[in-house]
Amino acid sequence: MELLNRVHENNLVRWAADKPEVVVFSGDLTGSTEIGLFKKTYPDRFFSMGMAEQNMLSWAGGMAREGFTPFLHTFAVFLYRRPLDQLSMSVAYPNLRVRLFGFLPGVSTPGGVTHQAIDDIAILRGIPNLRIFEVGDATDVETLLDVIQDVDGPVYVRMLRGQIPRLFPRSEPLQFDRARIIGTGTDVTLLSSGLCTEEAMRATEVLRRRGVSVAHLHVSTLKPFTDPTIVEAVSKPKFGVITMENHNVIGGLGTCVAEVMAEHGIGKKLTRIGLQDTYAHGASFPYLMSKYGLDAMALVRRVEELLDTRLNVTEDDLSSVRLQEAASLSVSQLEAL
Amino acid sequence: MSTNTWQEQAQRVAHNVRRRVLELTIERNGCYLSQTLSSAEILAVLYTKALDLGPSQAPALPPHFPGVPGQQGVGHGLGAAYNGPQAPDLDRLLISPAHYAVAIYATLVEVGRMSPQGLKQFNTDGSSVEMIGAEHSPGFELTTGSFGQALSQAGGIAMARRLRGETGRVFVFMSDGEFEEGQTWEAVQALAFYKLDNVVVVADVNGQQVDGLTKDVMNIEPIDARIEAFGGRAVEVDGHDVDALADAIANTEHREKPLFVLAQTNTTEGIPYLDERKPHLHFVRFKSDEEMARYQAFLDQM
Repeated sequence: MELLNRVHENNLVRWAADKPEVVVFSGDLTGSTEIGLFKKTYPDRFFSMGMAEQNMLSWAGGMAREGFTPFLHTFAVFLYRRPLDQLSMSVAYPNLRVRLFGFLPGVSTPGGVTHQAIDDIAILRGIPNLRIFEVGDATDVETLLDVIQDVDGPVYVRMLRGQIPRLFPRSEPLQFDRARIIGTGTDVTLLSSGLCTEEAMRATEVLRRRGVSVAHLHVSTLKPFTDPTIVEAVSKPKFGVITMENHNVIGGLGTCVAEVMAEHGIGKKLTRIGLQDTYAHGASFPYLMSKYGLDAMALVRRVEELLDTRLNVTEDDLSSVRLQEAASLSVSQLEAL
Repeated sequence: MSTNTWQEQAQRVAHNVRRRVLELTIERNGCYLSQTLSSAEILAVLYTKALDLGPSQAPALPPHFPGVPGQQGVGHGLGAAYNGPQAPDLDRLLISPAHYAVAIYATLVEVGRMSPQGLKQFNTDGSSVEMIGAEHSPGFELTTGSFGQALSQAGGIAMARRLRGETGRVFVFMSDGEFEEGQTWEAVQALAFYKLDNVVVVADVNGQQVDGLTKDVMNIEPIDARIEAFGGRAVEVDGHDVDALADAIANTEHREKPLFVLAQTNTTEGIPYLDERKPHLHFVRFKSDEEMARYQAFLDQM
């Protein structure tokens, strides 16, 4: 498992070299959102907007109307909770090319409840014109920019920073409204997003060894959500469908999948792994994943329930296929909050 | 034609704007009349003297609501086209309090940018001449019915224009109530930080809001001192004196600072009958046939 550092930081500078219309706004989190190198490389295209998110969102709308493409960088929570009206009226309604990079989504921040964007997808999916993405590995991060460049309207991204794994080959870029098929199987169809995909892969490996046939899809486009690959995958499993997300189960990936299943008349059981309509608190990511049932073991338990069986999986089994040292993630997440 | 000075022209526009909106208020029994009365000279001066705009690029009779941006190929720009083409050397006018829509429309009629029939579409189903305008509505470049967002958007537009080396200015028409919004102060702070002196705000300081007098609902004074403390340049003028307005806009020194012209106005200017209703004038609706007849008689002699 290859681990990479500061993927967005380097990728953005390289990618924006021939795109003079791309300007970067920082919400006083330049180092924490990996735009220090952009600031250094293109100082004339970097704008410090301070801790004033309402102004930042509307200001971005103004610049986008003039043909620039503002890339806003701050923590995910600060892009939609406080400035939701500005996001809606100054950016989304006029369908402007503004890119919102929300870092440390869900419980991936130790910053506690004020810093945890657990309802961003739920809230933002209801906003017309806005497209929503969530990245899960280095390849997603590196290839997302080309995908959103083709979106002629506003985009919100649940972004990753620091040390992140490469789960998918660099030669297989993220595709708009298309899930990645990680594995095929007939018992259970599992759809995961963001950091949950890596966590899920730890469990699916063990589940396969225990004889459970799991189809696993990684979802990176959360709106629109019209991928025929997903429709096909959720219509097939013998026992049911499981979604796994770093978000409240209301309004996120699980809800997207439920809507697709209902609209297509797919009568399968659906198990939604995620925050069970609760706020969380400040602690390490692995601790919170375990506490709120978002980790590999939680997935195993839900598969056992679905199959009505015991698989006798231990933490040691899951640790043996750990793809990334939890400690390294925790350390990288402890940078400035 | 030496008697037809710009001042006379502006005063005539302001008078006729009041007349048209009073007529509409009687016809529909309800309108944003007081906002029109306080802002008539401001809008007249902007359109006849202060702004450097090209001719309207839009149909004189406004088309029906075209759909929302991003769907069925609808873009933005329909409302702004009434203010002329967008060019590097031309000014732009951004309307912040969209509740002033009827005053904007009436001004567009009086300066020949919209047909009088267009005003008849006001607040009728399917029309783009909406009661609270959005960016498809004549004269509106932005969608600003949620207060306090235009000034920040003006900052983005002004910054983009400066990056491109454009000489045209970005005017923002604001209402005083918007200085209660936190975002307004974030915007003043950022405009000052980036030294955007290509931004000129003209605010209708009429001292009234829905619940009553601004000083009783949520005090915002002294607005000028607050703006100056935030790094802007503020000047107070009589908002019904066309000479004073034009002079303040054209001649106030504001190098490296956004300019705020705070026009002190009266919500019943030109229709003194309305004084008896102060301070509840947000939306004027007549309460009896007798009252309506009184205003009709006033209109007839306007």
